Amino acid sequence: MLTKRIIPCLDIKDGRTVKGVQFENIRDAGDPVELAKWYAEQGADELVFLDITATNEGRKTFAQLVREIARHIDIPFTVGGGISSVADVEVLLQNGADKVSVNSSAIKNPQLVEELARHFGSQCVTVAIDTKYKEETGWKVYTRAGTIETEYKTVAWAKQVVELGAGELLLTSMNNDGTKAGFALDITREVAQAVSVPVIASGGAGSIDHFADAFLKAHADAALAASLFHFRELAIPDLKQYLKAQGVAVRV
Amino acid sequence: MNLVIVDYKAGNVQSVQFALERLGVQATLSSDADTIKAADKVIFPGVGQAASAMAQLRARNLDKLLPTLEQPFFGVCLGMQLLCQHSEEGNTDLLNIIPLPVKHFETDLKVPHMGWNQLENLKSPLFEGLAEQEYVYYVHSYYVPVSEYTIAQTSYPEPFSAALQYKNFYAAQFHPEKSGAAGSQILKNFLAL
Repeated sequence: MLTKRIIPCLDIKDGRTVKGVQFENIRDAGDPVELAKWYAEQGADELVFLDITATNEGRKTFAQLVREIARHIDIPFTVGGGISSVADVEVLLQNGADKVSVNSSAIKNPQLVEELARHFGSQCVTVAIDTKYKEETGWKVYTRAGTIETEYKTVAWAKQVVELGAGELLLTSMNNDGTKAGFALDITREVAQAVSVPVIASGGAGSIDHFADAFLKAHADAALAASLFHFRELAIPDLKQYLKAQGVAVRV
Repeated sequence: MNLVIVDYKAGNVQSVQFALERLGVQATLSSDADTIKAADKVIFPGVGQAASAMAQLRARNLDKLLPTLEQPFFGVCLGMQLLCQHSEEGNTDLLNIIPLPVKHFETDLKVPHMGWNQLENLKSPLFEGLAEQEYVYYVHSYYVPVSEYTIAQTSYPEPFSAALQYKNFYAAQFHPEKSGAAGSQILKNFLAL
């Protein structure tokens, strides 16, 4: 049976992991390759690397890093952050990334999604959607790291990018992100049911039950978390054993 | 061993080369007919769209060469589909080495079929040392139905060909280079054929 995926996410700045990761058995937790290898051994199903570097110099470092990650890990990984053209994607895929994720650039230019799908195939195009709920507006799409409200309603935008060729959606609720209060189950379920492609739930993971809820209640295909894994509040083998006992199909 | 990865600008050649490197094997990337013909073994990766991959093969005359090869050959993902007869993806004629069709998933389940799924009904030395129900990584929207050439199957929700063998042509729909220890074992088994 196809299993639900558990995905640690690593923020990268100038080629190093950003969040103060604390692991006793990793020589250099600031080294994304070391951390990625460790997660792969722990049973992570995929990894996401987000480049939050702002400089051109840093971007070159990131492409080099992608190559080192591909050299050393034997599970799939997605890379995102600052991708705005076919040429950007070409460099990352050539260096061994399996998928790329686009966010603000897709909002600025939705045709980019179509162009990427045509050039590289839908299977490697993930569209990241940052969404926020407000009483007055309902769930809307936000851009620029969740700071600017766009014209798009979340479900309509999800359908539109899938129509354009997105092969997967990474849905992050800005209301939930960082709260550790659980994933946004309502919008995740709504999007997962509205589109034909897999949906990754993101934002708000704080405990083991939250993952079960994302899969069993919101029908997410994958769940992503960062600090919860980085700070060792939850170990992936324990999470997977728990999910299995709850009747969630996982790779253990 | 002289191992060649067919490089035709439509493959995840880098990932396959790295996976072999992790096994301590150096592979040559090439689209040159003489280099490929002289190889002891050939690996044929592929991602992307069937019609554009076929165009890349034709542009390098590889569509003529590949069917004539006699050494152990391993097609991966789109590289497996391209060995077949015809694909529903863009209504594309393929290399026609293995007389099988490539179809689009018609299911209520999510497409692409993306993530880790299980291998069943293993019947090839390619799977030496692997247990039934082993997990491997998939990402694809088209599939080859189960046939007499199927050497492993996976269900989504119906069984499809996870791997094929036809004469010297072996092929896998999943990505052995991204399938952890199980995938490495499969690559190792291919190298030992």
